[in-house]
Amino acid sequence: MKSQTRTVAADVMVSLHQPEEATLKKYVIGFTGSLVLTFGAYLLTQYGALSKPVMIIVLAILALSQFVLQLIYFLHVGKEFSPRLKLLVTIFMVLIVFILVAGSIWIMDNLKGRMMSQSNMVKYMNSQNGL
Amino acid sequence: MLHVLDLMASFWLGQLNLKALPPNPIQWFGASLIILVPIMAAVLLTVTKRWRWLYREWITTQDPKKIGVMYILVAFGMLLRGGADVALIKTQQALSVGASNGILSASHFQQIVTAHGTIMIFFVAMGLMFGIINLILPLQIGSRDVAFPFLNATSFWLFFFGMVLVNVSLVLGDFAATGWLAYPPLSELRYSPSVGVDYWIWSLQIAGVGSLLAAINFIVTILKMRVKGMNFMKMPMFVWSVLGSMLLVAFAFPILTATLTLLALDRTLGMHFFTSGAGGNMMMYVNLIWAWGHPEVYILILPAFGVFSEVVATFSKKRLFGYTSMVWAIGAIVLLSFIVWLHHFFTMGAGSDVNAFFGIMTMVIAIPTGVKLFNWLFTMYRGRIKLDSPMLWFIGFVVIFTIGGMAGVLMAVPPIDFQLHNSLFLVAHFHMMIVGGVVFADFAAITYWFPKIFGFKLNETLGRWAFWLWLVGFLTSFIPLYILGFMGATRRLDHYSASLGWQQLFIVSGIGAALIGAGVGVQLLQFAYSIYKRKDNLDKTGDPWDGRSLEWSLPSPVPFYNFARLPEVTSRDAFWEAKKIHFKDNRKYEDIEIPKNTPLAFLIALMAFLFAFSVVWHIWWVATMALLAIIVGLIIRSMDEQTDYVLAAQEVEKLDKSHLKGARA
Repeated sequence: MKSQTRTVAADVMVSLHQPEEATLKKYVIGFTGSLVLTFGAYLLTQYGALSKPVMIIVLAILALSQFVLQLIYFLHVGKEFSPRLKLLVTIFMVLIVFILVAGSIWIMDNLKGRMMSQSNMVKYMNSQNGL
Repeated sequence: MLHVLDLMASFWLGQLNLKALPPNPIQWFGASLIILVPIMAAVLLTVTKRWRWLYREWITTQDPKKIGVMYILVAFGMLLRGGADVALIKTQQALSVGASNGILSASHFQQIVTAHGTIMIFFVAMGLMFGIINLILPLQIGSRDVAFPFLNATSFWLFFFGMVLVNVSLVLGDFAATGWLAYPPLSELRYSPSVGVDYWIWSLQIAGVGSLLAAINFIVTILKMRVKGMNFMKMPMFVWSVLGSMLLVAFAFPILTATLTLLALDRTLGMHFFTSGAGGNMMMYVNLIWAWGHPEVYILILPAFGVFSEVVATFSKKRLFGYTSMVWAIGAIVLLSFIVWLHHFFTMGAGSDVNAFFGIMTMVIAIPTGVKLFNWLFTMYRGRIKLDSPMLWFIGFVVIFTIGGMAGVLMAVPPIDFQLHNSLFLVAHFHMMIVGGVVFADFAAITYWFPKIFGFKLNETLGRWAFWLWLVGFLTSFIPLYILGFMGATRRLDHYSASLGWQQLFIVSGIGAALIGAGVGVQLLQFAYSIYKRKDNLDKTGDPWDGRSLEWSLPSPVPFYNFARLPEVTSRDAFWEAKKIHFKDNRKYEDIEIPKNTPLAFLIALMAFLFAFSVVWHIWWVATMALLAIIVGLIIRSMDEQTDYVLAAQEVEKLDKSHLKGARA
């Protein structure tokens, strides 16, 4: 074994397993795709005429597709050199993302449910006035 | 005319002006100390004609051993800085009763407490941890280097310049007065209009990116660069614990970076992620920052557990008890540490269902931790225990960590947490975990591995003095805080009423802090004296403690190429087994490729510092140029094909033979 440093770098190259142009093409697709999805979300919130629940679902779909897009085009999931290890790490990653996203939604929704809305607060304060 | 000058000044200097200089004598004193340290260093370097040496041996180095030493030096420097903060905090709390207002203004006191927390976590605990990992990890897995040496140097210099930025805030402007996690809305522009919070954000951003890069580097190193024969279940326990910790960094630090970016957008570009109006939600910040913050605790403690696993096995002359259960405990901790973060804000207003879930998860995570503690005790059971100072640190750790851990499980019960939240009880709890756990382990590690890196042992008598001063001082300092917390004293308390009767306990706590200070003094003396008397403590065998893992098979100090010939591993405790059969290596030497020195890592981090500093002060032209310079630096580096040089086999043989001869002499 000549150099371990070289070995790791070489492994990473081998893991991509394709000529340079194909790699470049993948990065360009990934980058443009991410830009389109990001600006799409921005434009929707600025100019889109969707009702609120529909908007939230559409935004979530855009976000998730960007997540998957980046996994495939930037992190090359599915092109790995030792599949079992990568699979484990990927499952762990999905699990952690799920825990954090679902946990945050659960926590924040729970907090929201226990707070009075602005309009109700005004109503309540008015009703208490002069008693 | 004046208006034009103003415009020009605000273009060239942003918000920076003379008003940024420190306003009162105590701050002047701090600022002059901070300026004096680099000036003295520069004078010393000039007098001893060592600038070239500094550049060649340290600034441009890619050797993880040297990078590790630099991490530890920075961390010790910051331990002194954070310790000076403690001196001010404790003096203030002992004096500021009733009619007296102590020595500090309320806002200055809050800044000091914030700086203390930030510095101790990010620049002491993290620095010591990354330092020790850099020193030991490649040696333990039988590797000549980390996977990405350039990235490693970049990580260190980012950490270094994050530290510099915190200290610059002493001289120019002020620091955050918000507590170490800077909750909004207090940390928003409306309530903290000065640059303090920006300093806090950007120094953590730089250091945080450094940590993330380091973590990726060490994960790849462990996965790809283990020596032949070392499968996962034959790795030393320290390596396992580093793998767990670095996985946590890789998954948790992006959350910190994103959260801080959102806060920076709020403050700098007037957005409303966490403001109290315009649709912002400050509770989301608390949720996000702890989604990073709780794993951070385990990021620090896991390598500490790894260190103790090595120390206990070596000094008990027994193999580690329950290796497999240790591995599973680490795995369980890695996963569970992502499912407990809400216990930091039980009182924010979530319902009992949410609080109960996270309370129970918190109690569950105590189980794998307990498994590890018992494994160490069983390792000691019937061992031939030698109570050298690393082992003393371990025993001190067991006592303090158990007390602190019980306090933690107590607070995992939400109704109890409602009483203790934000009290000094909590402060005592987390200091016991992080000082008694992490810092004690780091000191044990430094004592244990010092001869491996420098070729001589530290003075044992002074080491024992340091330990006892630390232990007694620590208990004297923090047991009163538990009592004060029960009595209702809150954290970051800069003034209280005399009728509360808290002053005696605060004074006792202050005396404890002074004892710890004496302990640190003895440690510095220990380093100085051991270097002075190094001839008496030379480690000629390379194996001063009768060690078990591969690093002890190398000569001390370890040559820059680590292994002249790569070892082969067939069992756990590889070196211990090799010693039993008197293994003799007759294989041929081979060429070794070694990364060339380069100043690029240093320069890129310097540019990151310039970028951060100018964003803090809104000097946009510098920020733009610095950002461009970083990109150019990265491009230059990726174009460079000649990053390694070759050390010929004959040369390796010659060097190795001379090391072996040195060992025999």
